[in-house]
Amino acid sequence: MTFPIREAIPLAPTITRYVVDAPLVARKRQAGHFVIVRVAEGGERIPLTIVEGDAAAGTITLIVQAVGKTTRQMARLRAGDVLADVLGPLGNPTPIAVPGAVACIGGGLGTAELLPIARALRAAGNAVHAVIGARHRDLVILEAEMAACAQSLAITTDDGSRGGKGLVTAPLAELMETQRIDAVYAIGPLPMMRAVAELTRPRRVPTWASLNALMVDGTGMCGGCRVTVGGVMKFACVDGPEFDAHAVDFDELVRRSRMYAREERIADERYRTACASGSVA
Amino acid sequence: MTARATVSANPLKPPARVKIPRQHPHEQAAGARATNFDEVSQGFDAQRALVEAARCLECRDPACTRGCPVGIDIRGFIQRLLVKDYAGAAARIREANALPAICGRVCPQESQCEATCTVGRKFAPIAIGLLERFVADWEADQGPIVPPPRPPARAARVAVVGSGPAGLSCAADLARLGYGVTVFEALHAAGGVLRYGIPEFRLPKAILDRELDHVRALGVDIRTNVLVGRTATLDELFVELGCDAVFLATGAGTPTFLGVPGEGLCGVYSANEFLTRVNLMGAASFPARDTPVRLGREVAVIGGGNTALDAVRTARRLGAERALLVYRRSRAEMPARLEEIRHAEEEGVEVLLLTNPVRILGDEGGWVRGLECQRMELGEADESGRRRPVPCAGSEFVLPVQTVIEAIGQRPNPVIQATTPGLAVGRGGVVIVDAAQRTSRAGVFAGGDLARGGATVILAMRDGRRAAAAIHEYLHARAGHSPIPASEVAS
Repeated sequence: MTFPIREAIPLAPTITRYVVDAPLVARKRQAGHFVIVRVAEGGERIPLTIVEGDAAAGTITLIVQAVGKTTRQMARLRAGDVLADVLGPLGNPTPIAVPGAVACIGGGLGTAELLPIARALRAAGNAVHAVIGARHRDLVILEAEMAACAQSLAITTDDGSRGGKGLVTAPLAELMETQRIDAVYAIGPLPMMRAVAELTRPRRVPTWASLNALMVDGTGMCGGCRVTVGGVMKFACVDGPEFDAHAVDFDELVRRSRMYAREERIADERYRTACASGSVA
Repeated sequence: MTARATVSANPLKPPARVKIPRQHPHEQAAGARATNFDEVSQGFDAQRALVEAARCLECRDPACTRGCPVGIDIRGFIQRLLVKDYAGAAARIREANALPAICGRVCPQESQCEATCTVGRKFAPIAIGLLERFVADWEADQGPIVPPPRPPARAARVAVVGSGPAGLSCAADLARLGYGVTVFEALHAAGGVLRYGIPEFRLPKAILDRELDHVRALGVDIRTNVLVGRTATLDELFVELGCDAVFLATGAGTPTFLGVPGEGLCGVYSANEFLTRVNLMGAASFPARDTPVRLGREVAVIGGGNTALDAVRTARRLGAERALLVYRRSRAEMPARLEEIRHAEEEGVEVLLLTNPVRILGDEGGWVRGLECQRMELGEADESGRRRPVPCAGSEFVLPVQTVIEAIGQRPNPVIQATTPGLAVGRGGVVIVDAAQRTSRAGVFAGGDLARGGATVILAMRDGRRAAAAIHEYLHARAGHSPIPASEVAS
């Protein structure tokens, strides 16, 4: 059994939104859940956050940025193509805070992972304040969707090509200055989540970070995704993916997430060469 | 066990039979095999198998079968073998064992059938494992699988959770009884520990694929990418998928870590992760396959069980110049099979006994640079009956290694226990079962490492067979039928 792609729509350069047939997953998915995808035979297993699910249609939505071999390979797929394997929903649903005012901070592709959480927070009766950051204006994604579930929306880009120039932490600091924020949900690159945690720590604002650690099986079997939280070893796949950002050992996580940087580069270069020579369908 | 053929096809009298020396298979030379993933033992050819079979005394009351956890009619299959009825021999084995090519390779025969073999009292026992392997491999060479005749279909459906040895053996028995059986597997490929845990050089994956095809040929449907507890809960299997009974066999896949400092360093693996990368994901073929594995020149594997041996021998084959097995007790306490330890040492693995890891040391970049250990001595016996290792004061030393692989045991994956109300769970997260593999929930059975916490392939298979018999009885009674005829009850 394979998993047909119903839609593959570009959202930004290198970023694609997929609607995939996965009826059993669609039936059960909640905000914060992820799937493990194997794009094709011989491929690696990668964790991807479920952005949306439609139980009636039997589909889930995934948003993927082509940054390495596997995601580049996925980027070449179109509606009608199939994914070899989709397993899920995995991980724990996001703990949704009691109604109050929450800040949802998304960096880069993290915004896609944040959207279902922001929607769930809104549905639970929270006032949602969103901040989304990207390197460049072309990479700002899901702005309308975030705006639809947020009371306020701030945008930042690294180069100032859209919204405020700089990091997501500036609008967050401003938010916390001007109003009470009961909880913060941060999803994005590790340095961004760490920066958010450092900003909210002195104010003691409960902060959740979604940890996208390296995984093999995604079901608790390999322990490759282990992270240290509050001095205790946790598995991101089955204990997470969200953890108290103030307790996460980000130094260790950053090092471990780069463990295969060399191999990732080798695989990516090899694949790009194959694509360029036309030996990839 | 009913007595079968009494007239022997073997012209030799018993004293002549036992004088034949036990036959040995050709083994790949240690130097060569340390650099490839081919099997160590090449198994018997027909000639050697026939000579070995002729050693069997064909005892009237075969003790070997009593030593076999799944109760294979060993004398019966050897008698078929003796008259070169290899297909008949294979069929005889398959009555009791759904995975003969696998058991012929990975079973600890020396402590089971071969330990109880009558010939073994005075001489070397019959090489039952190698004969089983020969028959199964002969069968595999005969071309496409001929599906056995299907029994009349029964209305009841059974879900088997986990496609490892326990699940497959339960599924095969139930399918043979006419039940509709669906096996759910979380990973993308079936086989459980046979797929992700046992390396190619002990169990070629082509052999596993072939055995899976045999199970499918019985009518068993194997569905991958379903994690019961997440994709569907146990209760949903009954209510939404219409199952009448469930056998849980999800194994013991959660790795245990020592809890020493440094386990978050790059270059530290659980044996599960390391072996899964290599066996399931094909990391030895990176970059032709996408999943890599990083290995230093010097590798320490911690543990003394079969998983530790599999990991250290795999490390050696992946090119580790120095592959160390670090075990805190003495050789006598090692749980691994003697054959595996011998093979490992022949391949250049260094075994460090009475050595206890206390800390993993890292370099500035966060990578492993060494394993600090202390020497141990054996003290009083502990609750397991093994002498407890006690540290020698001031004996700390550092092993210079760049990779540390921890193989100190696995626990059951907790997902199903956590998502199933009313399922009784014991120490270490094992699902509690009775002698018929029944759990605290009606219609739910469990077995293999999920109920044992960590044992062998063949014990898992025995649980699977027992569960199949108990499920049959349960469904039969539930349907209001009279008791099952004795002829239908699995041994």
